[in-house]
Amino acid sequence: MPAIDVNDLHKHYGENRAVDGVSFHVDEGEVYALLGHNGAGKSTAVEILEGHRELTSGSVSVLGFNPAKAQREFRDRIGVVLQTSGVENEFTVREVVDLYATAYRSRRTLDEVVELVGLVEKVDERVGSLSGGQRRRVDLALGIVGRPDLLFLDEPTTGFDPSARRKSWDLIEGLCDDGVTVLLTTHYLDEAEHLADRVGVLASGKMIAEGTPAQLIEGISGTVVSFMLPDSIETADATSTFGPVLGAEVRISGRLVEATVDRATEVVHRATGWAIENGVELDSLRVARASLEDVFLQLTEQTEGEQ
Amino acid sequence: MSSFPSNLSMVARQTRYQLKYFTRVPVALFFTIILPLVMLVLFNALFGDNVIETDQGDWPVRQFYTGGLAAYTAVSATFSNLANMVPIRRDEGVLKRWRSTPLPTWVYIAGFICSAIVIAFIGAMLMLTVGVVFYDLSIEWAKMPAAAVTFLVGVGAFAALGMALASIIKTASSASAAANATILPLAFISDVFVATDGDSALTTIANIFPLKPFVNAFQDCFNPFVEAPAFDWGSLAFVAAWGLVGLGIAMKKFTWEPSGAGPRGRRAARAAATADG
Repeated sequence: MPAIDVNDLHKHYGENRAVDGVSFHVDEGEVYALLGHNGAGKSTAVEILEGHRELTSGSVSVLGFNPAKAQREFRDRIGVVLQTSGVENEFTVREVVDLYATAYRSRRTLDEVVELVGLVEKVDERVGSLSGGQRRRVDLALGIVGRPDLLFLDEPTTGFDPSARRKSWDLIEGLCDDGVTVLLTTHYLDEAEHLADRVGVLASGKMIAEGTPAQLIEGISGTVVSFMLPDSIETADATSTFGPVLGAEVRISGRLVEATVDRATEVVHRATGWAIENGVELDSLRVARASLEDVFLQLTEQTEGEQ
Repeated sequence: MSSFPSNLSMVARQTRYQLKYFTRVPVALFFTIILPLVMLVLFNALFGDNVIETDQGDWPVRQFYTGGLAAYTAVSATFSNLANMVPIRRDEGVLKRWRSTPLPTWVYIAGFICSAIVIAFIGAMLMLTVGVVFYDLSIEWAKMPAAAVTFLVGVGAFAALGMALASIIKTASSASAAANATILPLAFISDVFVATDGDSALTTIANIFPLKPFVNAFQDCFNPFVEAPAFDWGSLAFVAAWGLVGLGIAMKKFTWEPSGAGPRGRRAARAAATADG
């Protein structure tokens, strides 16, 4: 039996279909990432699975329970790291960990928890005096103190600096090695690519793609050619200049020119030929395999284009 | 696997936790315990030598103040305290976090309420002790059972009303304003700070609400002209009825989600759905 089984899940608020017919399953011990923009329906879907919201239609089963009934036995086996974190700021890390631990039947010790989340040095400091990243680790500590079989992580590293994100990933990977099932939501593609066994891409409440990170990248044809816009060309003219040269649709972000193409050798040949002819240098010329980010951009653009 | 702890030990632990929490919020401690004591000292310094004339004889104002302010402390520890603190915890997301744990939700609420009652008890005892030591408050033991019962009915009812207010009003800032806006004007016409005239329009208004009946019933337990056992069953029933209404509202309307996150109505729903991911 899968740890999470979701069938044709709908959550409507009046006319708004926050979740619009989503189905997926997460196997035991698997790390599954729901990927999507803000407002794609990730948190709504996860909050239904956690038992915080009721579904409009469809069916969900989490560890064999119906989360809407929210039995105590169910909550005893899940760990929840919410996006909007609220911890008792006036208490020390030691006090909140001890306090929340008492709600569960099976508990990690304080030492074990602070060791796992890297808060050993902060154990006697008040939560209110910690930095944002440290507080997020308190959230994580409270999520794992009851030795959950299933851990929900709702955007666990949003707002982190790159090094703090790396550390959190190591931590989450460490937990996964214990056989914990993880349902992760994120809008960071590298996070999903790094942590998840499988990824589901949500856009406008619908699941638009699903698979392992490698499968998703395979599924998209093409190679990404990119370079910095030469100073002699205005940003406004970039598309009209390079569109014909590359023979593909050009994406501009800042001064970075990007195109996803099928025959990279040819395209690079044309681009460099154009550059030599015009006596300009294409800085940071790069040819790379499409990343999950490109998959994501392509998929979500398609979906938004259809609407 | 071990079993869950017993309900009693969980409620006791939650109560201790809320009490510890309370002592770490200096502003709550000040408004609930210290301010009424300051009022007691001030009012006695200003008006303590006055007397209230009753049918049976003269009643020194200082005895009137102690009983009234002790009752007021109990109300501020339950009604104002809960109406302030519960929405703050809700806005912080603390309530939602607890709801994600296997702790039964009623245990969390019970901890909140029991802690408020303990604070009310400590505050009232402190007030009465100061009254006895400095302001000639007379304690007649025959009336103490009535005082205890009145106190319990009062704190129970006002705790329920505090939870009701916390349930109706969604944000912490407006809940705090609403708690003060209801209880302060009412206190002025309910014999807490000043004795009111027996049959003025203000008294009629005050008698619609539960504060004056509770304050008067509690004051009677320390009024030398009221015969023991000093039970005022009518007032107690009236206060208890208000408490039951509050309980009903709280049970129907209580929310765990921070304000804004729980969609209400169409526009709010749309806003909430767009805001979250």
